[in-house]
Amino acid sequence: MKQLVILSGKGGTGKTSIAAAFAHLLSLDGVPLRAVFADADVDASNLELVLAPRIIIREAFRGGLYAEINWEICTGCGLCKEVCRFDAINARSMPKFHQQMSHHYPESGMSGVQIQNLPLVDPIACDGCAACYYQCPEGAITMQDQIVGEWCRSESRYGPLFHAVLHPAQENSGKLVTLVKQQARLLAMDENYDLVLVDGPPGIGCPVIAASSGADLALIVAEPTTAGVHDMYRVLETANHFNIQTLVCINKADIYPASAAEIEAFCRERGIQVVGKIPFDLAVTEAMVQGQPVTLYAPSSPSSQALREIWSKVGAILQTEGM
Amino acid sequence: MKLAISSHDGKFDTPISDRFGRCRQFVFVETETGNWQAKLNPASVTRGGAGAQVVQFLADNGVEATISGRYGPTALTALEAAGIQAYIATSGTPASLSEKFLANELAQVNTAKD
Amino acid sequence: MLIAIASGKGGTGKTAVATALACALARTGLSVACLDCDVEAPNAHIFIQPDLVHRKPVEMLIPHVDANLCTGCGECAKVCQFHAVVVLGGKTLVFPELCHGCGSCTLVCPEGAIKEVPRVMGILEGGLSPDGINFGRGVLNVGEPMAVPVIAQLKKWRDLMDAEMVILDSPPGASCPVVESIRGANFVLMVTEPTPFGLHDLRQAYDLTRELDITAGVIINRDGIGNSDVEGYCREVGLPVLLRIPLEREIGEGLAQGKTLLEIHPEYEVTFRNLYTQIAEKIAQSAVIDGVQ
Repeated sequence: MKQLVILSGKGGTGKTSIAAAFAHLLSLDGVPLRAVFADADVDASNLELVLAPRIIIREAFRGGLYAEINWEICTGCGLCKEVCRFDAINARSMPKFHQQMSHHYPESGMSGVQIQNLPLVDPIACDGCAACYYQCPEGAITMQDQIVGEWCRSESRYGPLFHAVLHPAQENSGKLVTLVKQQARLLAMDENYDLVLVDGPPGIGCPVIAASSGADLALIVAEPTTAGVHDMYRVLETANHFNIQTLVCINKADIYPASAAEIEAFCRERGIQVVGKIPFDLAVTEAMVQGQPVTLYAPSSPSSQALREIWSKVGAILQTEGM
Repeated sequence: MKLAISSHDGKFDTPISDRFGRCRQFVFVETETGNWQAKLNPASVTRGGAGAQVVQFLADNGVEATISGRYGPTALTALEAAGIQAYIATSGTPASLSEKFLANELAQVNTAKD
Repeated sequence: MLIAIASGKGGTGKTAVATALACALARTGLSVACLDCDVEAPNAHIFIQPDLVHRKPVEMLIPHVDANLCTGCGECAKVCQFHAVVVLGGKTLVFPELCHGCGSCTLVCPEGAIKEVPRVMGILEGGLSPDGINFGRGVLNVGEPMAVPVIAQLKKWRDLMDAEMVILDSPPGASCPVVESIRGANFVLMVTEPTPFGLHDLRQAYDLTRELDITAGVIINRDGIGNSDVEGYCREVGLPVLLRIPLEREIGEGLAQGKTLLEIHPEYEVTFRNLYTQIAEKIAQSAVIDGVQ
């Protein structure tokens, strides 16, 4: 069983559109691969929009511990504020801070000065480190968890899809990504699938690291623009740092041919295979509007042709012995 | 000595799971007697830092050596600290691999990079 | 005034908009700062062309355990919420990449065996652009998981936030790096594209601005592709669409080469000045509403 992750560095290079095309292509006759899909971009999970999934399991995701201070017990010693390194206690820029304060004021009968000294935790800024919890001499602090998202197992047109939504403003440390990916892997092992295909997030930080962990192969979708090339170098370095074999494909390849040539030259120097170039093609967006992969919606379009060639190479590499 | 072999279904004669940190189960083998037992890996669906947790679990079970296909860097650092030897095998069953281990046919992983 | 440029979906044109707005405003004589908060994949410097003469490493304090003093009691491991400190084989191990730098383990060690040492995880770079923009960016080191501390330090660096006008180019998404970038802004300008992916992610971004209670507006980029669902959604939730940038090969190619929108279409200088006027009006309107409540 192999694991392929699709990455980019820069956002919007076409990862999800390509992942959807691959999902469609591997379901066709002549391609002997069965796959489980994982959408690891939990901030912006778009793969479901083009794979027509039917949700069969939906689970809440708890996480994002934050500190809560019990004002009945709190003596206002201020130690929690001193130890907090995340500006999460009494940060004045916190919205609704004054609202909460003035709400408490008439009930408690405390003076204005006393109210100002009471510590108030901003749950969004709170890192969940629990330093304040352990340091509070009165035991006035508890760590609360909350539902910060949900994950789903769906049946899509081409196989099982695991995806998730992280609620806005929540911490994306990669835990939800790990969970989605791990669920996909376990199902794939249980039911003898050949492949876990992970649609990765943009960037190079923990969501990307979590999405790539354990991958046999990373396909980097490069955009031939000055910005895109810049970010491609960084994500390539990241994949290298974690010892993951990489392939590159160039999307919207005709926007800036000099840049595409730069990418090809760079890859040649490093011995990285460029598996194909996809021209800019409005059919991709038209397919998206119809909720379909472009290879299904417009099979004779230039992008579909390029994608078929790319997939046949990627599929062959995945099935190589010792890969 | 006690071996831990990463597994998916916890059977003695089915192929090993090639990932160390998040495999679903481990098959423990007593090399002197050949007795074996499967246990669920508590770090399999853990949120973060699986590497250290799984090594803690193995250390608590008295494991002295592990066999798996791929180890993450955190796991390797933890294994080294715990004094557990890590061996590589990308195919084979717990049955065949414990024999290879006894015959010194398995390669050890290089220690974690600093 | 702080204006943050966000999006939800990646690649919609945040940096193109942020840099155009910064340049247009700098040319009116305002003191303008532009902060590239997309520390995982920073690109704004390509367009703004600053002279990056200032540099500062971004450090996080992580624990270092003195093995001679450590008794292996495990109190440090007990309090660590991130599995960054673990006791194995009688030794206390620290995994720096997992550490959040909270200092909790250092506080609880009964033997005083832990002291904190700085660890470099990124860099801040800054300088002036030809337009006189005070530019700053953060760059997360490859292999480092956490963007947030780099963004937090960037926003406190030098006098960037003192400018009359601060433009914050934020990362894609709607989670902690975006929160850290846009927190404290007077206005969030969300750049979207009129496609199903654009709409899906715009909803997330808009919910985020509601969560943080920041006034928001939308720019539709690549207008002409996709469908009208984004316009419909904006109308439905009362999100003002402040500008539409058409899908145009010339714009795509120009941006690909690192040209700003103002270089590609000089008339956009007026467009972006007007955009700012609209934003200032929206901010004033919402201040009135808040005052009444």
